[in-house]
Amino acid sequence: MRIEVDCPSGRWLLAAALAAVVACAPGRLPAAEQGEGKFGADWDSWQANTSVSDLASVQRGARNYTSYCLGCHSLKYERWSRLGADLRIPPELLEQDLLPPGAKATDYIESAMPPADAETWFGKAPPDLSLMVRARGKDYIYQLLTTFYVDPTRQTGANNLRLPAIAMPDVLSELGGLKAAVYRTESHPGPGGSSISEQVFDHFEQLVPGRMSLAEYDGFVRDTVNFLDYVSEPTQLERRSLGLWVVLFLLVFTWLAWLVKREYWKDIH
Amino acid sequence: MTLKTATGSAAALPKTKAGKGLWAWLNKRMPIQEFIAEQLTGYYAPKNFNIWYFFGSLALVVLVLQLVTGIFLTMFYKPGEATAFDSVQFIMREVDWGWLIRYLHSTGASFFFIVVYLHMFRALLYGSYRAPRELLWLIGMAVYLALMAEAFMGYVLPWGNMSFWGAQVIINLFGTIPGIGPELVLWIRGDYGIADATLNRFFSLHVAAMPLVLLLLVMLHLVALRRTGSNNPDGIEIKAKLGADGKPLDGIPFHPYYTVKDFVGIGVMLVVLALVVFFEPTFGGLFLESPNFEPANPVSTPADITPVWYFTPYYAMLRAVPDQRLGALLLLLAVLSFLFLPWLDRSPVKSMRYRGWISRTALAIFVVAFVGLGYLGLQPALPVYVMSARVLAVLYFAFFYLMPIYTRLDPVKPVPERVVYHAH
Repeated sequence: MRIEVDCPSGRWLLAAALAAVVACAPGRLPAAEQGEGKFGADWDSWQANTSVSDLASVQRGARNYTSYCLGCHSLKYERWSRLGADLRIPPELLEQDLLPPGAKATDYIESAMPPADAETWFGKAPPDLSLMVRARGKDYIYQLLTTFYVDPTRQTGANNLRLPAIAMPDVLSELGGLKAAVYRTESHPGPGGSSISEQVFDHFEQLVPGRMSLAEYDGFVRDTVNFLDYVSEPTQLERRSLGLWVVLFLLVFTWLAWLVKREYWKDIH
Repeated sequence: MTLKTATGSAAALPKTKAGKGLWAWLNKRMPIQEFIAEQLTGYYAPKNFNIWYFFGSLALVVLVLQLVTGIFLTMFYKPGEATAFDSVQFIMREVDWGWLIRYLHSTGASFFFIVVYLHMFRALLYGSYRAPRELLWLIGMAVYLALMAEAFMGYVLPWGNMSFWGAQVIINLFGTIPGIGPELVLWIRGDYGIADATLNRFFSLHVAAMPLVLLLLVMLHLVALRRTGSNNPDGIEIKAKLGADGKPLDGIPFHPYYTVKDFVGIGVMLVVLALVVFFEPTFGGLFLESPNFEPANPVSTPADITPVWYFTPYYAMLRAVPDQRLGALLLLLAVLSFLFLPWLDRSPVKSMRYRGWISRTALAIFVVAFVGLGYLGLQPALPVYVMSARVLAVLYFAFFYLMPIYTRLDPVKPVPERVVYHAH
């Protein structure tokens, strides 16, 4: 097993770089596209479809997270050693590939970015993601990470369909490329015979390809979401496997209790 | 061994086996054997209990579960604005078996209400609140009220965002009381907002005061039950038909018959509890709400503030009234209406088995209204939901306050002399 760390540089610097890229981006976005449009598709059908029992996926997610997310987002309730033990990463590999310089394995997974600086740079400190999957659901995070699009009106040059006016820059555009959101106009009959037209999201248009193909990028996001699912409740695999035995034991107990009851109640007529 | 009463005459106590050793030594100094004889082996319960009669003992089991898991949680939980949320995560992640204890406690809270609601429905079904059991019913309702207070304060302790905003909504209800309202709210919170002081006093009340109140009330509930004896699905007083030995003909000793039977019920409940705890501890966001996985944030309101499911029938009624003060009053009346049942019910028979279609329909409508309101209380306050809640609230109150009329009009059936029991 090999855990690769392929982007050790400061992730948040990417934000600045990205703003520059966007400033030069071709002005081919529809005029109406200001991030005000409505999402036409059904969010419920936009699912992560991940499973924390897929250990390889969670491991890849851990690698993705330390490379691309940890620069800004801490996991303050999880210790590196716990992560290593749960994901079956040998201590040497953990030390060599995942641990930030100077960190001990028993440390909590903290971001190096000072919250005060983050607030200056982004308007708000990036949230800790330890519990984000439990708070918002894994599908939400999957949707968020796959619906960034170029929006020159935003300071970061990026906007998001799932969380409009998001403070976070499109840090993964290096991998997934830059996308434009394409809207269509839909008209509905309004009050008094008038007609209301609104902008509804139709599809994304790839402006600049990233280092990954679309399918690779999708897999990258799913693995990362899967890792966050694990972090949100590290005991969940143990919980389910233990649960099976507990339920079986209780079923046997109930059956025996019923036999005892039946024996005693033979006297009652 | 001769027992004497205080006046020196021979005591008319159940015959104690003289015996030797520790058991005899203990019984000479404490009426253990008498207690068992009076309360368990000598306590006669009707033999025709059906499935609805499991929920009383199940509530007792859940109470013990909550006390035991609560004691262990208290060892690691740290009340306080800055520490509460983190300490819950510490329990979930780093305390040995902490996740199990915490899920048992959070699931146990919902199970407490499930079994108590079913226990109360049983009383409605078989007229268990009727004379001579009015006091038993009133004490039981006091248990229910204490349980609601206990659950509400416990819900605030994890200090998630829903804890914070839920507390905000509920405590502000006291502010609608004319005159003293604002001062009262300040006194309850201990600060000008929901804050550290509020959290700490709720912790104190949740782990010390309310459990003591609950235990006392549950004990009184059982003491009152010992005087009247249990009702049964036929609504017949078994004490009216005594055998030659002075024991009820249709009664059987609680121990061993109902103790062995209750163990079956406990087993079934624990299977269901384990399925939730180990496989779906949030129960789709009903038992543990997702906004509560974000720390309390006074400047960020959750999209929809909804209380936990067991409060939502009342919450829907609160929202159904445009005026907040009247809404709070209606909420209070909705809870207190249960207290009047023994005097609102004028049916000549107790059990639904021998009541006519009017009473049966009324009870069915009440169940639909209660469950429907519970569902609506979980939904966002859209006009269609609010209108539905108004309709269901009217039905809810109609069940109570039209009862003196419809129970008198109800075509009842003759009640048999003895309970109906089919051996199986």
